[in-house]
Order: sequence, then structure tokens, then C-alpha cells
Amino acid sequence: MTAKTNKIRAFQGGASIKPGGVYWMRYVIPALAFYVVFMAYPMIDSVRLSLYSGTAGTREFVGLANYVRLFTDEVVSKRFWNAFGNNWVFFAWHMLLQNALGILFAAILTNRTMRGRQFYQTLIFIPCTIAVLVTGYLFKLMMNPVWAGTTLKAAGLGFLVRPWLGDRSTALTCVSLVSVWQWVGIPTMMFVAAFQGIDDDLIEAASIEGATPWQQFTLIRIPLIVPVIGMVAIMTFVSNFNAFDVVFSMETLDGAPDYTTDLIGTLFYRYGIAGQHPVGIPEPGVGAAISTSIFFMLLCGVIPVLRTTQGKE
Amino acid sequence: MAKERKLHSLRVMNMHIPYHIIMIIWSFISMFPVWILIINTFKIRKEIYTNPFGLPKVWTLQNYKSLLANANFFVYFRNSFLVVVVSLFMILFLGSLCAYALAHWRTRFSGGVYFFFVLGMMLPIKIATIRLLQIMKNLGLMNSLFSLYPVYIAMGLPTAVFILTEFIHGLPTELYEAGFMDGAGRFRIYYNIVLPLIRPALATVAIYNLVPIWNDLWFPLIFITKEDQKTVLLAVTMLQGQYSTDWPKLLTILAMSALPVITLYLLMSKQFVKGLTAGAVKG
Repeated sequence: MTAKTNKIRAFQGGASIKPGGVYWMRYVIPALAFYVVFMAYPMIDSVRLSLYSGTAGTREFVGLANYVRLFTDEVVSKRFWNAFGNNWVFFAWHMLLQNALGILFAAILTNRTMRGRQFYQTLIFIPCTIAVLVTGYLFKLMMNPVWAGTTLKAAGLGFLVRPWLGDRSTALTCVSLVSVWQWVGIPTMMFVAAFQGIDDDLIEAASIEGATPWQQFTLIRIPLIVPVIGMVAIMTFVSNFNAFDVVFSMETLDGAPDYTTDLIGTLFYRYGIAGQHPVGIPEPGVGAAISTSIFFMLLCGVIPVLRTTQGKE
Repeated sequence: MAKERKLHSLRVMNMHIPYHIIMIIWSFISMFPVWILIINTFKIRKEIYTNPFGLPKVWTLQNYKSLLANANFFVYFRNSFLVVVVSLFMILFLGSLCAYALAHWRTRFSGGVYFFFVLGMMLPIKIATIRLLQIMKNLGLMNSLFSLYPVYIAMGLPTAVFILTEFIHGLPTELYEAGFMDGAGRFRIYYNIVLPLIRPALATVAIYNLVPIWNDLWFPLIFITKEDQKTVLLAVTMLQGQYSTDWPKLLTILAMSALPVITLYLLMSKQFVKGLTAGAVKG
């Protein structure tokens, strides 16, 4: 008996790193190496690069100069704060519309007595499997007033014929709504899983006590899925700063018209990788400063939300 | 009589008419653009303006034919398939090896390694782009699919390690004990006992990574300009410029690029939903 448990303990590596530890390291190291070399290290080293100017051959330490430029320079900071603000508008649409629709659809789709739930779920999720680039180009065509203009006017829907993507006042809203349209399936499915995880007895007890369906929804089901709402909020927040393809395909790299759809993603690409339009020389230092700012902002956003929502479990 | 009415109203209630109305409206909103995409690929160039929403009056396969006549088209698809297959294989292999170790080797050090991986789930790899670009240049991997594999592998590993470690940890230990008592080595146990048991979790990890890798534009756009190394999505951006006035042809390319993933999704939608939402499942 003891021999057996000893053997099992030997398998698990015991309490110390040796000898099991050395053995297990062989399994861990290949994955760890890829993760460190191509993700963790480049992420952290980008922070260092933000303190340098110039490219590989001509790199020079400049301290915080890139940040000073980014936040205060007349030209650069204007672009940065503009993109930053647009990103918040983009985020607000996702948070308020996409996630609200997600909760609504999930509440509907978890009704046991409703038919066709599987069918609706399958349809809602289809756009999530298509590349953002593809839906972006598709909507670019659909929002083009030339395309269906005559047909729509003939049908008395002339008010739909507008240069939606060329108009400063509507461009960012349209880009955001296309993204909401595409991704609504993800929060929906997460909330479906969350609602399904709620103990039936709770709902039953509440309905016996005379709680209306609305009360059951707001007072029992919603509070119980707060951790999932927190997770979805984090994911929305993170992916928001990841957005690039949707602007690239529907508008331009410059966030046309007149930078109204410029997001951090496109700004980062222009400054850090492609180079600004007329000059075309990339400034990796400024690019790294942009990504570092986002890095710390994501950490600041992710950690408190994780703490408050996940701590309750 | 009153009872009958009550039963009747219950039946009406269980039909959930308002819910169906909401879901039908959204299903229409979801599917309408997809309908536009598919239907217009079978039209001739002029018809998409005169008849934008309906079925084609004159069906044509010309758009597909001219696309398939382009030899590069197959190259792009081959590249995208290669990228997905190689990256997924490596993510699953390295991820499961690492998870196997982390699930059994429980020390403070291994706990730290696990936490280090999980942290990577929360941060987008795009943040590292500037440095990655230099690394690829230094390694001479620019303009080659080999610049994409390591990035996608690194990107997929945190979730793979997270999901697989939790899954392996949940397996009954008797399964290993028996194997270990019979004298099987740890690798034999991994290969013969663990791998077959974790297949459902491997499928989840594969799908979680498959869609973003196939649909990624960012890294090919930055790393690759050479024609024979382009992925489908990168080629789409280029053809978009070329065919900017030939919408049916462009839509055909868009539809073709989306076809493999949509087909897979329709064949195994349950696993897809599970896989794509796996990031939020907290163990």
C-alpha cells in the first residue's frame, strides 16, 4: 500500500522540483519556449523599445520623448487622442448594444418550452465565423449609395440611400454597428451557458413565491451571472483595442473620412509599421509607445474587473 | 370551462410569440448580408445594380470560373491551409504535453508557470508586433509562412494550456495509477492514456484557434508581401483593389474565402460554439 502511494507520489513529482521537476520540465519547456520567445518577451521588450527612436540600424535612446510626442505633440497627439476617443465610442456601442442584445437573446434562447432555439442559435452565430475583412468589404458595398440606390428609391426607402461611410457624422457609427452585428453571437453564447448554469430550484422557488418573470430575470438570473458579465466586459474591452480589420476594409488605413473612424489599431499600424502617409517612414518608437500605453491600460482595466467580478465565487 | 381556458392560455404562452418575433427579426438581420454575398456571386456585373436583392435573373458561374482559372488562387488556399494545420498541430502537441506536466506536477514553481500562461490569455499578441517584426527580420523569416507559424503557436498556447490542464486535472487518477503500476513510463501514459481521453478538449482548443488563424489579416499583412506566400485573406485585400469595380467577382472571392470555415461550422456547430466561447470558461 505504501509502496503504491510512494510510486504515485513519485509520478506526481513530489513536493520538490527534483527529481520529478527536472523530468516534468522536459514537457513544459517546448511550449514555454514558444510562448516566451514569440509572445511574452516581445510584449515586454516593446516597452523598452518605446524609449528609443529610429529603426534597427540607427536606434538611439531618447527616454520618454516618444511618450511626450504621443501625448503632447501638436500633430501626433491630435491623432492619438482622436483615435483614443473613437475607440471609446466603438467600445460603448459594443458594451451597450452588443452585450445587451446578447443578454436578451440568451434569455430568450434559454426558455425550455420554446421551439427552434437551436436553429436561431446556429443562425446568430454564423457571422462570428466569417473574417472581419470579408464582412467589412461586404458592408462597404451594401452601404454604398450607388449600389442599391435606384431599387431602394423605387421601393420608397430613399432615406436609406446615403453615403453612410463617407459622411463624417455617420461613419464611426456604421463601422461600430457592423462590428456589433458580427460579434453579437459570442456574448449571446456565453450568457446562454451562464443562464443554463443557474440552479432550476432557485427559479422554481421564486415563481412559487409569486415572482413575476421580469422579477425573476432582474432579481435572480442577472445577479447570478455577474461574473460572466464581467468576463464579457473584459473581452469586449480587450478586443476593442485589437480592432483594425473593420476600419481597414470599410474605410481606409487613415480612418476616413477625415480620421473620424481612426482607431488605436489603425493608428498603431500607420505610425509603427507602415509609416505616415506622405513620408512613409515608420517610427517603431512611437508605435511601441502606443502599444505600451494600451498594454498598461488593458492591465488597469482587466485586473479590477477580474477582481470584483471573479472574487465573488 | 375555466380550466380549459387556462390550459389554452398556457399553450399560447408556451408558444412564446413575442420571443419568436424578436428572434426572427434578428435572424433576418444576421442572414441578410450573407444572402447578399451568396446571391450576387451568381449574377453578371450589371445585374447587381439593377437587381441587388433578388435571385439572379440570369444565373452565371462565370465569376467562379474566372477565379478558379487564376492559378495563384490555389496557392493562397494552400498557404492558408498549411498555416492553420501546422499551427494547430503544434499548439495541440506542445500544449497537451505542457498541460499533462502542469496537471500532475504540483509545486509552487509549476503553479507560477501555469499562472504565467493564463496571463497571456488576457493580452492581445498585437501589442508585441513592433518587436516581433524585428525578430522576424533578424531571423530572416520575412516573406515566408515560417514567420506566421511561431506567432500563431505562441498566441494559441495560453488558452490551450489553460483548457487542457483543467481538463486533465479533472480526469480520475485511477487511470494513471493503473498504467503506472503496470510499469508504463510517463510518456507512454501521455500517449496511450491521456491523449485519447482529452480528445473533446483538444477539439475545443483546435476550434478556438482555427477561426482566428484562418481569419487573421494583421500578421500576414505585416510579414508577407511575396505572392507565393500570401494567405487567402491577404490576397483578398489585394484583389479588392484590383477588382474594385467588379463587385460580383470580388464577392465571389469573399464567399470562397469564408466557405471552408462556414462549412465546418455548419457540420459541427455545437463544438464551434463551445470552442469559440471557451476563453471565458473559468475553471
